[in-house]
Amino acid sequence: MIIKIEGLKKTFKDVVAVDDISFNVRQGELFAFLGVNGAGKSTTINIISGILKKDAGTVTVCGHDLDREADKIKSEIGIVFQNSVLDKKMTGYDNLKSRANLYGIYGKEFKARLAEISELLDLKDILKRPIIKLSGGQKRRLDIARALFHNPKLLILDEPTTGLDPKTRITVWNVIDRLRKEGGLTVFLTTHYMEEAAGADYVVILDAGKKVAEGTPHDLKNKYANDFIRFYSRLDQVEKIFTDLGASVRRERDFIEAAVKTTAEVAGLIKKYPDLFEDFEVLKGNMDNVFLKVTGKDLKEV
Amino acid sequence: MNANFAELKKFVSLVGRNTKCYFKDKFTFFMSLITPMILFVLFVTFLRNVYIESFNSIFKQINVTVDKVLIDGCAGAWLMSSILSVSAVTVGFCSNVIMIDDKINSSVNDFKVSPVKGYTVSLAYFASNFLVTFIVLLSVMLIGHIYLACIGWHIPFTDALMIIVDIICGILFGSLIAGIVGSFISTQGGLSAVSTLVSSMYGFICGAYMPLSQFSEGLRNVISLLPGTYGVGIMRNHYMNGYMQAFSEELSSLNVPAETTEQVIKAMRDSFDANLYSFGNGIPLGAMYGILLGTCAVLLTAFIAIVFIKNKKK
Repeated sequence: MIIKIEGLKKTFKDVVAVDDISFNVRQGELFAFLGVNGAGKSTTINIISGILKKDAGTVTVCGHDLDREADKIKSEIGIVFQNSVLDKKMTGYDNLKSRANLYGIYGKEFKARLAEISELLDLKDILKRPIIKLSGGQKRRLDIARALFHNPKLLILDEPTTGLDPKTRITVWNVIDRLRKEGGLTVFLTTHYMEEAAGADYVVILDAGKKVAEGTPHDLKNKYANDFIRFYSRLDQVEKIFTDLGASVRRERDFIEAAVKTTAEVAGLIKKYPDLFEDFEVLKGNMDNVFLKVTGKDLKEV
Repeated sequence: MNANFAELKKFVSLVGRNTKCYFKDKFTFFMSLITPMILFVLFVTFLRNVYIESFNSIFKQINVTVDKVLIDGCAGAWLMSSILSVSAVTVGFCSNVIMIDDKINSSVNDFKVSPVKGYTVSLAYFASNFLVTFIVLLSVMLIGHIYLACIGWHIPFTDALMIIVDIICGILFGSLIAGIVGSFISTQGGLSAVSTLVSSMYGFICGAYMPLSQFSEGLRNVISLLPGTYGVGIMRNHYMNGYMQAFSEELSSLNVPAETTEQVIKAMRDSFDANLYSFGNGIPLGAMYGILLGTCAVLLTAFIAIVFIKNKKK
């Protein structure tokens, strides 16, 4: 286990930010940490990385106990913060150099690592430009480069793609995937994009500081999300039958969506009402449905 | 690599980063430089003649006329001592902008997750603040000295060197106060408010804008308890010593008795704060340094204690 957390608690005056949570993160996996703003995600990350002190519980990162070996943990992790921490008036090169120096990387070692990271993240053309003149995606690549410069075992990404355009999001994710596949990097991710969480190896969902669900995306979808049949014909007939059956039905302009518990249930319905199934598709429940089910909150609305 | 040496290298790197951040922002540097320059222009435009008249009135009392160039130069030197001693503190506060910006955009969190000690980060802010203020003040000093050279330069080489030492002492004092106050500020608005307050008040309460001799005795005694007063005092001495010597020689050449010359020089030094008194007792130059540096030692202890406590509490 690269992260092992047991009974973690953190309170700010009267507000319980993290309430007795436990979870593990395995080496090399993409771990997604989900929750609405204020759920306790950032507080947990801040504790793991040594920015905040915990009130109770144990935290072990890369085999080092946070209480006794916080400095060793700092050398093992890299963090991409929600908001860029690059020095805006400085160039990308200056930013990476000052960051590298904090990890004791100087001179030839710096140049060698710069060449590697520049190649990996395609930074060559942006290193000499001031940060204020870079696009959002270019800044994000530099943020990632900054977090990866000292070759950490664990990369923490706190909403890394929020505010980025779809093309840049894909670029960022391609980089992260490549790092995981080629370098065996463990990625700890918080995100508001459920499609990003769906690609994770393991997911933990927080609500009001408490862990409310955990598992692989597949397990969570099976456990918490309904499947749906979407009908594109005989809409009135479908609506009546499924309403009578007590199913949840959503009617749109040109289709009707009816919730079913499992995909297997669909086979029974096809046998029972063959005329209805002229033009239809079966949809698996997604992580949005899981999140809505376990927290009662829609991430797109909060 | 030895752990302390490694930490020292990180400290040097952070000082470099902070200083570079400051000077990369041309507007911030311009604003730091413009404040003492505005003071300089205001002094020269509005107050220079007042002080020249004050010098003249002293010489009129003994019915002698001394070289105008000498009086102009002395008034200019007095103004320079005021500007530099005030700016050592006010520019120090402005230079805190890097630390405050880092708090605002969460760069401090990036330092906290790096393997660098909290005290190294805090001391690097202090050191870069010192360095930035020193560079700004040296620039102001150079401009001022060019002005003095144009109107009448009578500052011996040793005093010119001591002025740099005085600037260093003043900045040490100013940067420590700025560092302590800055530890409790986390917004740009807070920094602006404090900088404005310090800029408007400090010059008066340390006797830089107006000679203390023009204040009431009670107020003079109160101000003599403030260590910043001695930061101005040491600067006054090294800017004015050469001129006082030149006045003395000029009066001798005009056949003014030695005793009268001595009284006139003392009167000028008293009037323009080259001599400082606390509750009627004269404070020698060495004691002025002692008070200022002693205060710096106390402030440094307080700064270290604050850094230590802040790093413990998260």
